[in-house]
Amino acid sequence: MPTLWLVVSLLVLSAAGFVFGRQRAMSSAEGNAKELHSLPSYYGHNVAFTTLIPALGALAIWLLVQPMFIENRVSGMIPAELVPEGSSLSLMMSDVRRVADGLDFAVDNGVLSGAEASAMDAANTDVRAFLAGIGVALGAEVSPEILVAAQTYRQMSNTGGILMTVLVAVLALAGFAWSYMQTHKDFRARNVVEKGVMSLLIFAASLAILTTIGIVLSMFFETINFFKLHNAADFFFGSTWAPNFRGDSELSILPLLWGTLYVSFIALLVAVPVGLFAAVYLSEYANNTVRSFAKPLLEILAGIPTIVYGLFALLTVGPLLVGTFGKGGFLGVEWMAGATSVLTAGVVMGIMLIPFVSSLSDDIINAVPQAMRDGSLGLGATKSETIRQVVLPAALPGIVGAVLLAASRAIGETMIVVMGAGAIAKFSGNPLESMTTITTRIVSQLTGDTDFASPETLVAFALGLSLFVLTLGLNVLALYIVRKYREQYE
Amino acid sequence: MNDMQFTDRAVDQKETKIAAQGVNVHYGDAHAIKDVNVEIEDKTVTAFIGPSGCGKSTFLRCLNRMNDTIDICNVTGNILLDNEDIYDKRVDPVQLRAKVGMVFQKPNPFPKTIYDNVAYGPRIHGLAKNKADLDEIVEKALRRGAIWDEVKDRLDKPGTGLSGGQQQRLCIARAVATEPEVLLMDEPCSALDPIATAQVEELIDELRTRYSVVIVTHSMQQAARVSQKTAFFHLGTLVEFGHTGQIFTNPEDPRTESYITGRIG
Repeated sequence: MPTLWLVVSLLVLSAAGFVFGRQRAMSSAEGNAKELHSLPSYYGHNVAFTTLIPALGALAIWLLVQPMFIENRVSGMIPAELVPEGSSLSLMMSDVRRVADGLDFAVDNGVLSGAEASAMDAANTDVRAFLAGIGVALGAEVSPEILVAAQTYRQMSNTGGILMTVLVAVLALAGFAWSYMQTHKDFRARNVVEKGVMSLLIFAASLAILTTIGIVLSMFFETINFFKLHNAADFFFGSTWAPNFRGDSELSILPLLWGTLYVSFIALLVAVPVGLFAAVYLSEYANNTVRSFAKPLLEILAGIPTIVYGLFALLTVGPLLVGTFGKGGFLGVEWMAGATSVLTAGVVMGIMLIPFVSSLSDDIINAVPQAMRDGSLGLGATKSETIRQVVLPAALPGIVGAVLLAASRAIGETMIVVMGAGAIAKFSGNPLESMTTITTRIVSQLTGDTDFASPETLVAFALGLSLFVLTLGLNVLALYIVRKYREQYE
Repeated sequence: MNDMQFTDRAVDQKETKIAAQGVNVHYGDAHAIKDVNVEIEDKTVTAFIGPSGCGKSTFLRCLNRMNDTIDICNVTGNILLDNEDIYDKRVDPVQLRAKVGMVFQKPNPFPKTIYDNVAYGPRIHGLAKNKADLDEIVEKALRRGAIWDEVKDRLDKPGTGLSGGQQQRLCIARAVATEPEVLLMDEPCSALDPIATAQVEELIDELRTRYSVVIVTHSMQQAARVSQKTAFFHLGTLVEFGHTGQIFTNPEDPRTESYITGRIG
């Protein structure tokens, strides 16, 4: 594990830098800490960070770039006619890597010397048998080209590793030396360290944003691949979802979108009144004792994993609904055939969203200034009149924002609908029938044996991107409304 | 007596509107108001003065039972409005507050239109028979709030968009619209600039012709300018109560004198 050792020695050097930097600062002030511009530990941190961070950054970048670089060079060595039918260059490259790893393994165990490994020739040696002898199993005979590629791969990796170690060591030592020389009682170590911390914060923030952009872009490119294979008009405006593997699938988002919106609508129908009333009770009527245990209890609902809600839908709510609306049920009607239905999934999802709506609305209702309530009560309004005519209207934009956020969660919810809503894509207004949603279809298109070049699989990315655009739109709208509302009381 | 400047404002003895007898208020364990007796006259401006935390706002809020909204607050003693105990079980605090209106320290217009702000009370209490009736009530209240001319062309604009002084006069108009008998004002000018303060003070003096007004203020000049009777509170007790002229020129209690000359508080 040379990389691990490299990191450990970097850490040791940096720790030493802390001690020495501190000492040098103290001695430049002749032992009097009051003479220093900054506290002594800042000088230590300055040296430690300057030693560690550039070296660590270079190490990380090198580790990311080196495999790509070598892969690129080595794969150019494999002639195209060597790639067998049904295989691909990337499969050949994994053979190359396995051979190279096998040779490394042989060298590490002393079976081969480094020179022997580089000089090995496929014409004289049965490489597959040899590697099998030391415990490295290969799937196919090793052709001379692959062996040469593997040897080059090995050699380049080794050279790369040495170069990397040298670069990192030089950077670390240079950083150490430079910052150590800089350390002097008038050096503004505190400002430098704080700037360093700020760049760390900026790095963390940009990492999150870049990841989001990366996710969107990867979805975007796969979606473009999908639209090369499948008609975009059918995807957006067709009316049937019927994937098959004969190559004439009908993949239209509309039936799925209908199912998604229908389930979400029922979920909101459950969650919004219950959540809102709970919030009004908790923020306006409940005394502190009730509030202090009811609010955490309600928020426990938010901590339940969605798969557990899915089980609840499948095992409790579904059978309960069948027992009511199904054959032999106590209503005496035969409206519902199976436990999975839009209503099952919608009701359970609504329960999941209750704490979401109530907690956000509670915050928003509490943000309505007490002066509003006093003003209304002082005019002789009852508590209920005050809530209905002053507090809720004042909180309305915020509550609408909360509902929109809940809606975007409902649309993106997966586990509950996978387990509760069913798998049949259709347009129907009957909530007791099973329907399917976008998220459910993404799961089913990507699980099992999948070929990532067929439209039946790639459609998942197009669905995902559509879903992303939908929820992003809702979130932006919700945030816009919430923000507009906040300005009102400033 | 050197209260010549006040003599012309000394009022005749008027009938008592609110009589407080032996009022004590506790916030949990804290004893905020200690045995206060005071008689507030009709068609008179009564000022409550005293240092911060002396209980004047608390006492004011007892007069329309606004303290009921605070869980830990406990009021004992008798407060009689027109000889009826407002803390009697049969009294609905909601109806009491319609009779005893309140204006708060910070202007607090509802986030509604100017019209709806003023119409809020009349609507709740069903004072208007129809739309034209309500329009008339709103206009009358806004005129009495001395703000009609400024807002008559923008009644459908939000009340929160007015300036601070206009907002406070809107709140006064809103309180007046429910036809209260007593108007309580808790430092109504503390968030206003001197010009808006002058407008509100002028308004208070006009309101005196119809209502009994009780005003809590930190400004002794304001108390002297607008009130006929003044009550001085200190550490939860009513130290002195009498004609404003007398309190400010010839106080009986040494604590009152110290406060109005700026030595305590």
